[in-house]
Amino acid sequence: MSRSDLSLRIISRTLAILSAAIVLLILGFLVRESAPALQELGLARFFTDPGWHPLSGQFSLVPMIVATLATSLGSVAIAAPLGIASAVFAHFYAPRTLAIWHRRLIELLAGIPSVVFGLWGLVVLAPLVARLGGSGQNLFTATAVLGLMILPTVALLSDAAIASLPRAWIQGAAALGMQRWSIVGKVVIPGARRGIGAGVLLALTRALGETMAVLMLAGNVVQVPNSLLSPGRTLNANIALELGYASTFHRSVLFVSGLMLMLVVSVIVVGISYRRGASDEWR
Amino acid sequence: MISTQKLSISYHGRTVLRNASLVAEPGKVLALVGPSGCGKSSFLCALNRMTDLLPGARVSGQITFDGQGIEEAFASPVELRRNVGMIFQKPNPFAMSIRRNIELAVREHGRHSRSDRQRIIESVLRDVGLWDEVHDRLDHSALELSGGQQQRLCIARALALKPQVLLMDEPCSALDPIAADRVEQLIRSMRGQYTIIIVTHNLAQARRLADHMAVFWICEGVGEIIEYGETESLFRSSANPLVTSYLSGRSG
Amino acid sequence: MSGGRFHASATTPTRRHQIPEFFTAVAVWMAAGLVVATLAWILIDIAVRGISQLSPSFLIEGVEDAGRAGGIGPVLFSTMLILMVTLALAIPLSLATAIALTERVDQDSRFARNVRRCLDVLAGVPSIVFGLFGNAFFAIMLGLGYSILTGGLTLACMVLPILIRTSEQAIVAVPNEYRYAAAALGLGRSATLFRVVLPAAAPALMAGVVLSIGRALAETAALIFTAGYVARRPESLLDSGRSLSVHIYDMAMNVPGGGSRAYATACVLVALLLAINATTTLLLHAAGLQGRSVGGKG
Ligand SMILES: Nc1ncnc2c1ncn2[C@@H]1O[C@H](COP(=O)(O)OP(=O)(O)OP(=O)(O)O)[C@@H](O)[C@H]1O
Ligand SMILES: [Mg+2]
Repeated sequence: MSRSDLSLRIISRTLAILSAAIVLLILGFLVRESAPALQELGLARFFTDPGWHPLSGQFSLVPMIVATLATSLGSVAIAAPLGIASAVFAHFYAPRTLAIWHRRLIELLAGIPSVVFGLWGLVVLAPLVARLGGSGQNLFTATAVLGLMILPTVALLSDAAIASLPRAWIQGAAALGMQRWSIVGKVVIPGARRGIGAGVLLALTRALGETMAVLMLAGNVVQVPNSLLSPGRTLNANIALELGYASTFHRSVLFVSGLMLMLVVSVIVVGISYRRGASDEWR
Repeated sequence: MISTQKLSISYHGRTVLRNASLVAEPGKVLALVGPSGCGKSSFLCALNRMTDLLPGARVSGQITFDGQGIEEAFASPVELRRNVGMIFQKPNPFAMSIRRNIELAVREHGRHSRSDRQRIIESVLRDVGLWDEVHDRLDHSALELSGGQQQRLCIARALALKPQVLLMDEPCSALDPIAADRVEQLIRSMRGQYTIIIVTHNLAQARRLADHMAVFWICEGVGEIIEYGETESLFRSSANPLVTSYLSGRSG
Repeated sequence: MSGGRFHASATTPTRRHQIPEFFTAVAVWMAAGLVVATLAWILIDIAVRGISQLSPSFLIEGVEDAGRAGGIGPVLFSTMLILMVTLALAIPLSLATAIALTERVDQDSRFARNVRRCLDVLAGVPSIVFGLFGNAFFAIMLGLGYSILTGGLTLACMVLPILIRTSEQAIVAVPNEYRYAAAALGLGRSATLFRVVLPAAAPALMAGVVLSIGRALAETAALIFTAGYVARRPESLLDSGRSLSVHIYDMAMNVPGGGSRAYATACVLVALLLAINATTTLLLHAAGLQGRSVGGKG
């Protein structure tokens, strides 16, 4: 190996390790910053404190956790069926050119910034929802817009999963005189369920990680939501609202909530990547 | 009885088969032979309208079923395909259990009780000689079967719909000689019950199996049927020198 | 691939079978239509409300009266500076990582697998967490404060996974014949890489860069507590500066009556992103790599 080859190898590997280490650095910093709160207050108080009054030392994260889960799971419940249907549409229902444009549009949707979704939701959708009562800035509005935002993830990954199915299955099913709906429902979707499942999970991580649209639309009142039309504040929105002025324990608790988000999302991502690894070997 | 009159097939405007007319008599085996690329598979796909699924494919001409055009005889391509089964060159079972592979289409096409279905499964698996080999693992994945077993499962799956016609596109060519022989025996045993149209490159097999034979050829870049008749008489003597030399193994 | 489109004729002896077929088709078309219609609604809404507010001076003038008057000149300037910082860090780092990951095209080493897994996790980190990290590390620990530099470096961490992934794909897509030809001429690994492989991969590499610019432009949450809010034109990289997306957020949420200006800014941002989308498609087309699908994130 020549000297230049060797130095290329050393430099590129070192920088690769540096890139990989960033995620550990982030984790390290979250842990370091959350340490004071975790040590002094203990984990239990984030769940047992009577409420979120950081200035008077009450740090219950429960309302925010509930709101985060409600918006994320709700948005997945919207995005999953629409996204899968959209992939099925492009493969089995749309004429060729329409399918191409449909995919382009979905990719375009993926690139629209969340703050733009938030703006649209605030100006257009919230007033419409307000007719159902309240200000229109509530969990329902936030969930609907969030669902729209994560839809491309489901649609594009389902699309890829369906495209990778053996054509022989579809031809075989058609040759048996199966109708289109049953080919899709009994052969295609069960066959692509791994890929589709990964898409849905990935969409869930997107929803859990989203800040801006929810911050602009959910109303941001700290309370355990009792209906879809009640306002709520997610963990992400809470950080965005309070990091600017938080200090000492308050700041540290915000890092704790960031750490929670990161851990949940990482577990899902690693889970998907292991599952994908296992299925690669199986194929 | 299924027959075609002046059937032509093109892909994206390029004609690959023209003016193909022939008759497959009920209960008889018709073999389609000819060099690669002369449109045999395309012809077969036109018969059960699988061409609908191929982008750019266009079919013109007449296909009749018991004297009626297929559009009149069947309400939809789906209906047609239920009556005209198809076996592919490469076995293509679904990645599901053996039982489900057979049930899937059966369930869609009629109201059957559980015991009805079980009876159908057993009877078609017996027909293809697979019952003794798999009856204790009907719920295992069909992908665990050997290639030959998979192909026989695919035939069983088609038989479960009680088709009148079976289209087979080189059903033995992806199998080893022993498995191929079993499938061939199976086809022979089905003679009389089904109208079978089989594409094969194995002329000896065509001679063993088929009552009638159609020879496809490429003329000026387009496939045509250049000879059609009883298998034995074609092998003994054909008016067309191309056919004579092809069937005697001197060209093609 | 187009699925079977069946021309059901008038006689329907099996009407029972047609009912689920019909309703499934209706449901699928309606779902697709709903998605497309909503997207169209958003884009048209942004265009209609935004364009009426747009003028050349809007792009140049300073932010006045908290944004209710004037333009977005300084905001555009800050956005550009942040992007430059981001790319200055992310491009070399991602290129080097991609080179290390594609060192052996034939097999996936354990090193590569582990690095990829870390990057997968990094790609999933919520943007507000990047904000927390950037705030604690770059702003406070390294003492950069709320500044263009802090924001740019934070965004660099964020776009790194996607930039590495696209660079990797670009390098792998270079035909092996090129490498063999170079090897046959006696070129070493690094010479092959720099003189043959990277030039051949250049359009696809560029596409990755453009795509990351899109990601960075779309980001808001990671910037609020790193680059900050200040709407003045920054004097240096150590000054705070407000990006387009942060400006939209601030106008919409914190400035009463700022809605229309927020729309105008959103219109500019979306136009930039559409241009980026088109550029990426063109570059990938030039590189012969089509149909790469990319999940979105804002
Ligand atoms: N889906 C398709 N799209 C475009 N062209 C096709 C398609 N299928 C077949 N063709 C073309 O049609 C011609 C006939 O093909 P076909 O598969 O029918 O031949 P064949 O007689 O079955 O050949 P073989 O014996 O090799 O199976 C060939 O030139 C082929 O390239
Ligand atoms: Mg063929």
